[in-house]
Amino acid sequence: MKMKLATAALSALIAAGPALADLTFPSLSYRTGAYAAGGIPFADGYADYFTLLNERDGGIGGVKANVLECETGYNTEKGVECYESTKGAGALVYQPLSTGITYQLIPKATADGIPIHSMGYGRTSAKNGKVFSNVFNYPANYWDGASGAVNYLLEINGGDIKGKKIALVYHNSAYGKEPIRTLEELSKKHGFELSTLPVDHPGQEQKSQWLQIRRDKPDYVLMWGWGVMNQVAVQEAANIRFPMENFIGIWWSGSENDVLPAGDAANGYKALTFHNVGTDFPLFDDLKKYVIDAGKAAGAGDQVGTVLYNRGLYAAMLAAEAAKKAQEISGKADITAADMRDGMEALEITEAKMAELGLPNFGPTFSVSCENHGGDALVGVTQWDATSKTWSLISDFKPTDGDVIGALIEEDSSAYATENNISPRCN
Amino acid sequence: MSDQLIYATEVILNGLMAGVLYALVALGFVLIYKASGIFNYAQGVMALFAAMTLVGIMNGQVPFAHLINATFGVHVTHFGWTIPALLAILLTMGVMILLAWAVQQFVMRHLVGQEPIILFMATIGLAYFLEGVADLMWGSEIKTLDVGLPQGLNVWIDDTTYGIFGYGFFIDNLDIVATVIAALLVAALVAFSQYTKQGRAMRAVADDHQAALSVGISLNFIWVLVWSVAGFVALVAGIMWGTKSGVQFSLSLIALKALPVLMLGGFTSIPGAIVGGLIIGVGEKLFEFAVGPLVGGATENWFAYVLALIFLVFRPQGLFGEKIIERV
Repeated sequence: MKMKLATAALSALIAAGPALADLTFPSLSYRTGAYAAGGIPFADGYADYFTLLNERDGGIGGVKANVLECETGYNTEKGVECYESTKGAGALVYQPLSTGITYQLIPKATADGIPIHSMGYGRTSAKNGKVFSNVFNYPANYWDGASGAVNYLLEINGGDIKGKKIALVYHNSAYGKEPIRTLEELSKKHGFELSTLPVDHPGQEQKSQWLQIRRDKPDYVLMWGWGVMNQVAVQEAANIRFPMENFIGIWWSGSENDVLPAGDAANGYKALTFHNVGTDFPLFDDLKKYVIDAGKAAGAGDQVGTVLYNRGLYAAMLAAEAAKKAQEISGKADITAADMRDGMEALEITEAKMAELGLPNFGPTFSVSCENHGGDALVGVTQWDATSKTWSLISDFKPTDGDVIGALIEEDSSAYATENNISPRCN
Repeated sequence: MSDQLIYATEVILNGLMAGVLYALVALGFVLIYKASGIFNYAQGVMALFAAMTLVGIMNGQVPFAHLINATFGVHVTHFGWTIPALLAILLTMGVMILLAWAVQQFVMRHLVGQEPIILFMATIGLAYFLEGVADLMWGSEIKTLDVGLPQGLNVWIDDTTYGIFGYGFFIDNLDIVATVIAALLVAALVAFSQYTKQGRAMRAVADDHQAALSVGISLNFIWVLVWSVAGFVALVAGIMWGTKSGVQFSLSLIALKALPVLMLGGFTSIPGAIVGGLIIGVGEKLFEFAVGPLVGGATENWFAYVLALIFLVFRPQGLFGEKIIERV
């Protein structure tokens, strides 16, 4: 009996495993736990894009894509376990979907020769490809976000924010503290007054911070929040009648989840972004036809077009394009993780390519190189309309302050290289 | 009055209001601990479960829709009706009573006579189970809860204090409502335990299980009653916190705010939960206001525990807890 059970289990395992020829894209998702509301749409978008390629195009370069999903619960230890348990399945690229998991995976994935794409999160200085050979964080990182916010404020203030008071409300964690150094440098450069207000995890109670904001009367509030902290902050800002159009969140504080609980009071709230929102793109017609209506969607199909769904879809699109580039460089369809890394390093996203993919003006144009793993650092701004319950892109994807950020990235990545005895490459 | 003193007064008032919200969560712990000696780790998740059930019922959501759809290949999400808040609250209370019965029937009944640590561990299991059931039943998305409670700046207080101090105090209308509800809740709980037959039976069980059994009190019934009342308190806490942040899984973490309140107020006293909540609320807010800027802020979470520990040095049983005297 035991023998039969073992044979059945082995057969099931083989059947459930990917065919050898598949291109495997692990998805470290979090569909359960405190952050599931953010994890589900991203995971759905990531999976649905590959399903679309399989159903419509027969895969990537004729090879089917296989999304290997592993539940992390947004927990770093579980994320590492997921990495260890899936890397042997021919994983081409990891999207860790958590700054904590990314930090843990950087040395592991580098040693294993598997690339990581931490899109809009993770270690910012990984942009320096000379030090971080296997880590990519295009098209934008947290420091680009901080600079993008300041540039936007410069733009709406006629290029002068000298003497303005800007408060940063941030999640009291490594993630939340990311923009502080950049903002400090930018405050010296542009002469604005920066105050920082940490909020402890999970951020359910923020009365002290918002009372202080009410007393200090900053002109603008920036937010680096996550999870319940976002919803409470938007509500508290509404409670103290802080003008919502002067309240700008990072892209992880700018989904429907973050504004819906506050209702009409959230109207006008803004968030930074590196991709467009909504479903008004030709690709979504194909998505409806081949995936949603065909009953092959990863979820219930109710998340399509939401901010985080689009982000997952965008991440999958960038992975697929890098895989195509890898196939082109290596001259074979059945690529390895090393080929994929080379493909990512040679990736170029132009507007013509985006239009060809059915996603015109969906994301910024950028190119990746050996030295630059972070792309061209273009950041846009979205705004919430509480009446129509939609986000809208209200600016173009615009450049950030390369001088300030470049110096910080050089400093941080050099320190990492020294600590880890890494010789810079790309010579 | 100096600006700093005016600001400190505003902080104290807001601390008192926040303390009431903490006390609402702590009350549920106290009720169960008092009656059965169980530290109910699942109290925070009960608040989450109650709030999710309330929103689900109000919106006419089909429970276990994902499971039904996946099993039968259909696509159902909503019944197509909405239910008024008051009726939905009553129906949710019915669900919480059912939950209390199930907890007693399938968990606690089988653990009678076990060590407190075993019972505590059972509630840890219950917390994870309930969280999973809530997820499966109502989905993981963040839900907006609107039962008609006012929210935002109280204009009257703002105007009045502005007239007096030249600075308008911020008091959230939701906090005022929470204070009134907490006061009514405590009065109702005290009246229930003092003046009703079931309440007196509950107190008898709390004092001595064996003696209560010997005079014909049904332990099963009393524990279902206690878990039901704790479920009601969880529902009230869930409504208050859920209105503020939307109903989502982080709601279960509000239990963390109740722990220092319990340590300070004592695990067995209803007034202790209230007074403890107020002291923690004011203490952490005042500390954040006065010392926070000097140490980089975000002091509230840890200071609440420090404050509770300071009290414990002088009164190990908490401010209102029962002093345990054991003869050797």
